[in-house]
Amino acid sequence: MQGFIVSLVIFTSIFAIFGLGLNLQWGFTGLINFGHVAFMAVGAYATVLLSLNGVPLILAALVGGGLAALLGLLIGLSTLRLRADYLAIVTIGVSEMVRLVALNEEWLTRGSFGIQRFPLPLANFSPTLLTRLVMILLVAGVVALGYWRLWKWLRQQVKQAPQSVLTRASLAALGYLTSLSLLLYGGGVAARQLKAANVLPPWLLGVGLLGGLAAIIGLYVWLAQRMSSKMSGWSTGLLLVFTGVLALLGFWILGYALSAIYNYDSNPSKTGLMVISVLLVALTYWGLERLVNSPWGRILKAIREDEEVAKALGKNVFWYKLQSLMLGGLIAGIAGALYAWQLTTVYPDNFQPLVTFNGWTIVVLGGAGSNAGTLLGSAIFWAYQTVTRFILGDIVPLDDARLGAFRIMVIGLLLMVLMIWRPQGILGRKEELTLGR
Amino acid sequence: MVDNAPLDGKGEKVAARIQSMDETLPSVASTPAPAPSLLVAQGLCKSFGGIRAVENASIEVRPGSITGLIGPNGAGKTTLFNLLSNFIRADTGTVVFDGEPIQHLPPHQIAQQGLVRTFQVARVLSRLSVMENMLLAAQRQTGENFWNVWLKPRQSAREERQQREYASEILESVGLTPMAQAYAGALSGGQRKLLEIARAMMVRPKLILLDEPAAGVNPTLINQICEHIQYWNREGMTFLIIEHNMDVIMSLCDRVWVLAEGRNLATGTPAEVQRDPQVLEAYLGQ
Repeated sequence: MQGFIVSLVIFTSIFAIFGLGLNLQWGFTGLINFGHVAFMAVGAYATVLLSLNGVPLILAALVGGGLAALLGLLIGLSTLRLRADYLAIVTIGVSEMVRLVALNEEWLTRGSFGIQRFPLPLANFSPTLLTRLVMILLVAGVVALGYWRLWKWLRQQVKQAPQSVLTRASLAALGYLTSLSLLLYGGGVAARQLKAANVLPPWLLGVGLLGGLAAIIGLYVWLAQRMSSKMSGWSTGLLLVFTGVLALLGFWILGYALSAIYNYDSNPSKTGLMVISVLLVALTYWGLERLVNSPWGRILKAIREDEEVAKALGKNVFWYKLQSLMLGGLIAGIAGALYAWQLTTVYPDNFQPLVTFNGWTIVVLGGAGSNAGTLLGSAIFWAYQTVTRFILGDIVPLDDARLGAFRIMVIGLLLMVLMIWRPQGILGRKEELTLGR
Repeated sequence: MVDNAPLDGKGEKVAARIQSMDETLPSVASTPAPAPSLLVAQGLCKSFGGIRAVENASIEVRPGSITGLIGPNGAGKTTLFNLLSNFIRADTGTVVFDGEPIQHLPPHQIAQQGLVRTFQVARVLSRLSVMENMLLAAQRQTGENFWNVWLKPRQSAREERQQREYASEILESVGLTPMAQAYAGALSGGQRKLLEIARAMMVRPKLILLDEPAAGVNPTLINQICEHIQYWNREGMTFLIIEHNMDVIMSLCDRVWVLAEGRNLATGTPAEVQRDPQVLEAYLGQ
């Protein structure tokens, strides 16, 4: 369990970083990048190949990020004068090109055989108790900072509503969420028994499951809409309960993570990678928050809104778009290095366009233009991935290959529900949708 | 709140700051009579395929003036604006601004030189607040450089405070203070026009090109916009205005250029132009 949680934290962190890069390009600058995985691939391959040739790991990862930024520069120089939709097409083409080059240039990348047994960070590191305590403090400090910010934000959200309304709404939201999870859980258990008993033909069970799921989602979306019009403070209450549950879950995971660091030697490479990834997420988030709230970030947002205006006000639009593309690329390149270390093998197939779209799912889920939203999006995405990987197989009457497709399908379905119910994403701002151009 | 924004002490402070903070601003009052022109465009041509949108057009703007540019629909006025600000590159012709040729410069550099334009349909940055719209327009901000965000945080924070103060003064003078923290996309059409002009002022330019500032705006607000333009002009700002509303042109402009079918038709004082038979023909189609 502990190793599993560690792995989950690493994946979440890597895709949070990956998503943050995309969010800078799309959420803040308005560049439609459908080839974000290309940066990741370049970062991963560069890091791995360099470190196999004896380059120190930190340097290799930095060069990997730098090369990814260079790719951003090349894409930008050749395409940024195009309009948004053309950029989308070019970037998806570039990402496939990078993957195919990796597949075919076997002298460099060993093609589809992939690269294995490359150096991993902190793999032979055996920290003393003091070092481990420092690491624990670092990770706990980052998480504490995160919680503090969450607390401040929550208090701001709650400030307007009076206590009694809030309590009532929170209780209602608690009931809503509890009954929803109980229903889903009960349905899952029932379906598992049915599948195990093997009395129903698979198609009937499948149809029944799908129907049940659709009915539950429909009912609860309807309920939520009804409540939000009937009950004052409903959305605040829901938010409160939801973040409360998330915060508790976070504590639970933090416990595992910290105990993993304490028992560092039981799985050195993964635990070390977890510490590195968590610190890098914090660093990236902090840096980007600072950037997007600076005059530099204001120019990016202006470009997102209307580049002609930015030009008319004396801003070098092309150069800023280039910077955004390069910085996003650098961030994704670093994520690529982490990704390679986490997978411990690098195949061209790791960099399918699907990875880009997972990144998009994360950004859209959390709310484009919100860095905190991207972090949340990544957490939700990986929670979903994990939960479904372990539970779905027992419930759904499908073989493994189809199950993978089914999971992606359900993500699509959830995104659709989200777009209907909350098109701005979870942490996006509603009022931004209703503005005239 | 917009309809009765008086030009009170706040506005004067803005103007005083404009003069004191930008030494390069041509000081109109002290310049002797034959002032060198601020903007001279000569022989501008632009064709779109077979259509000659602007053909051998010239225009001249004296510092400290309000110059009008009129002409029937499709005369090429907006295209001429686009050529001056280089949003569209001219086929031939020269544009000299403040003594330097600018026809080869990209649009953002032209704005940095102090020639700022507005758009016919007011374009605000919807998902930025009104204040952010204003702050964006300030030139040479330290924090606009990627490295300075990290290396000079104090300096950029200090500048940001100064710009914010200056922006609040301009917003106050056009009566948009209550909306400062609102999204610009939530403004009404008239307020957007005001914001666009205020934002242009924030650049601290030498010349503002206004493309139909009174289009689609109610009469009260038109008067208000005119008052602001006149006010800023008295404080030394130069304007070049495209406008269809003849009252606006007559009351504001020192000099008017008339464009028809992409060519210069006439130029002179508003009164002269109004009597010109060619102009009447172009407008009324006699």
